[in-house]
Amino acid sequence: MIESDVFVQTMQDMGVNFFTGVPDSILGGIIAELMNRRLYTPAVREDEAVGMAAGAYMAGKTPAVLMQNSGLGTSLNALISLNMIYQQPCILIVSWRGQGGEDAPEHLVMGEVMPQLLDTVKIPHRTLTEKTVIEDFRWVAETFMKQRIPVALFITKGVVKGLHP
Amino acid sequence: MRPEQGTLISRAQAMEALLKLLTDQPVIICNGFPSREAHKIADRPTHFYMIGSMGNASAIALGVALAKPNKQVITFDGDGNVLMGMGTLATVGALKPKNFIHVVFDNEVYGTTGNQPTISNVVPLEKVAKSAGYVNVERVLDRDDLVYEFKDMLKKDGPSLLLIKVNEFVEDAGRVLHDPPDITRRFMKAIE
Repeated sequence: MIESDVFVQTMQDMGVNFFTGVPDSILGGIIAELMNRRLYTPAVREDEAVGMAAGAYMAGKTPAVLMQNSGLGTSLNALISLNMIYQQPCILIVSWRGQGGEDAPEHLVMGEVMPQLLDTVKIPHRTLTEKTVIEDFRWVAETFMKQRIPVALFITKGVVKGLHP
Repeated sequence: MRPEQGTLISRAQAMEALLKLLTDQPVIICNGFPSREAHKIADRPTHFYMIGSMGNASAIALGVALAKPNKQVITFDGDGNVLMGMGTLATVGALKPKNFIHVVFDNEVYGTTGNQPTISNVVPLEKVAKSAGYVNVERVLDRDDLVYEFKDMLKKDGPSLLLIKVNEFVEDAGRVLHDPPDITRRFMKAIE
């Protein structure tokens, strides 16, 4: 399991310096660490977080947006009619609720279709694993720099230490 | 017909008066006719013209304002846009960025899609902003008042919201000519 402080430090080492989003339990440890480091600006909706990240990017920051995958539904229009067409990159840290059909009912549809949904709107994505963490973050950084669009890193349950291990 | 309709100025007239008071401040302009009108009145590299992501202008401006605390950041917004992204009034009110000025041109309709009514005739958006925690809030009906209040807001710590009641007249402005990636690059360079 990846420690939350290692996750946050790795992102900071990559140059990420603006963090916003809407919480999920899987991301609880990461958000707590970001708040400890006074790096986190909470948003009230995921599309608002995506908009704030776009503004921060244009003002010289390297932004990341944290969200549960339900937030991809909420923020889809901002991602495709702001970030994609204006070429404004951001790193999406997305918790994968409903993966493998093992979750509360409200997560099951998005949990099943999420990778295809992002394929359809041409947002590159990858799933973080403990073994490939260095390559995963390198891929995120390279895709962000080269493609200038949002890039998603999926976080599955138990890969990053949460609030209550 | 609204009782005040006959005496109100147009959004383009209001916008022109405001743009005369601005120089190199970043201005985020919401999608639809407002961006087209601003582009026609004064096309500045410090303007970020939106063509999509309705409801998101103030969130983008908030991101700029947080990242550039020493620059005053202006949003040109509409009533339909504010209603769609109303949560951002709360986020701004809670975070209280001092360098944030939110201008709302309130014509009580979705003008770009054919003047379907919004609900801002019965929901006073400036009162929502005040309750959410904006520090300075004003509602104005004419040109003299809007110039006076906007000048005042430029001197004060925010967040501030200026709601301007405007009529439904639309300037014949045409579409914004720049490609969206060029708008991004130009804006980024201009506010560096």
